[in-house]
Amino acid sequence: MNETLWSERQKATWKTKLGLAEMLKGGVIMDVTTVEEAKIAADAGAQAVMALERVPADIRAHGGVARMSDPGMIAAIQNAVSIPVMAKCRIGHFVEAQILEALGVDFIDESEVLTPADDCFHVDKHNFRAPFVCGCRDLGEALRRIGEGAALVRTKGEAGTGDIVEAVRHLRTVRDTVRRLTNLPSEELMSEAKTMGAPYDLVVEVSLTGKLPVPNFSAGGVATPADAALMMQLGAEAVFVGSGVFKSGDPVKRARAIVDAVAHYQDPVRLVEISRDLGDSMSGIATGAIEEGAKLAGRGW
Amino acid sequence: MRRVGIIAFQGAFERHAQALRALGAQPVQVRTRAALAEVERLIIPGGESTTIGMLMEREGLIESVRQRMNEGMPVFGTCAGMILLADELTTSAPEHRDTERTPYIGGLAIAIERNAYGRQVESFETELAAPELENRPIPAVFIRAPAVRSCGPSVRILAQFEGAPVLVRQERILAASFHPELTEETAVHRYFIDRV
Repeated sequence: MNETLWSERQKATWKTKLGLAEMLKGGVIMDVTTVEEAKIAADAGAQAVMALERVPADIRAHGGVARMSDPGMIAAIQNAVSIPVMAKCRIGHFVEAQILEALGVDFIDESEVLTPADDCFHVDKHNFRAPFVCGCRDLGEALRRIGEGAALVRTKGEAGTGDIVEAVRHLRTVRDTVRRLTNLPSEELMSEAKTMGAPYDLVVEVSLTGKLPVPNFSAGGVATPADAALMMQLGAEAVFVGSGVFKSGDPVKRARAIVDAVAHYQDPVRLVEISRDLGDSMSGIATGAIEEGAKLAGRGW
Repeated sequence: MRRVGIIAFQGAFERHAQALRALGAQPVQVRTRAALAEVERLIIPGGESTTIGMLMEREGLIESVRQRMNEGMPVFGTCAGMILLADELTTSAPEHRDTERTPYIGGLAIAIERNAYGRQVESFETELAAPELENRPIPAVFIRAPAVRSCGPSVRILAQFEGAPVLVRQERILAASFHPELTEETAVHRYFIDRV
């Protein structure tokens, strides 16, 4: 096997896609809009950054159609940091995904935060060498995305609000359903797959293993170190932070505090120190005050 | 039972724990100096080397691990772990920020280049010959992998790929640029706990 050639390598297999998701467990992925913010995130100990033109809070405020970011802006961030760089494409917009893959983005987020390009279908993610992460509100949605080839899922929460309640609800929903599946007799799994709209084979796998076949991270609403630790204690394997860092009073301090909180999420004594004197957190919007139609989490089929 | 520590801030620490359990060893998650004192050997997993190094530094673990290594504790680093153990960081693309050294442990006389095989789309699987460990080829997953560009005279090469060392040993330090913990093959972990 010494003579293995470059051309004989099996590139971008399921194992390498899932492998990068495994490498991202236990850390923080931060939304950044500029090279300066990317450096702040990397210096704080973020394990990856999500390059986008506007954080979700600004997308909400700005209105209009939210699209894939300018490749030049993404490339500048790729050159500025050594950690993995992720970027978002619109739901179903496989050409934006092709562009992001050609750009060498390490993970593509087919994201509900952007305005969907297709109101029926998502990207066929098996067709890509780059791994994908997708949002979910429940187990059925998670398994549909995994069936389409996502190597990582994240519970959606409600992006750009700074309100953690939706993130908690979505993560609890996924985990409760996983636990329930493990107790179902095998003859009930087909009907269960039909009800939740999930591929049967994946329902069987979850029922047998008691866990999702890919890592499950948390997103949408984390504003404080305590929020991040809450999601980890509820069973998230890593945390995405969007507007929570760079819409706060002191992003440098808060970025580091959220990284430290995820590393020490089980240690309340440490969390006291970590949470102290961080300045203002993002003011946020209570999700209860948002009309159903204006919620981003409802996007995804 | 043999207590093997795994630096457990970030990355694939749980997969290493599974490999150790399969071999009958007891994995111990290490996030503090107190936990480090309880283990007889240590794995530094794959993940982001900058993140893991910074979090170790904030806990005083860089200095404590160096001290334990001086006292003879065996250490095994994979991917990010290999970067943290390398004495020297090098680059073939000087415009890239990869040359800035964040906190690291050192001790292994190699020069290493981060992300040397390219970005994630260049990640790959292959098989390696490592006759000192195993007669059959061992599967190897490379993810945004670093490459060893030079080795000191005290470093032995146990496996290589396309002319670059990918599994090296220097006395009680073992380091791999690939991820044995992402496959079912436990030969590298067995070598570490039995023979390093």
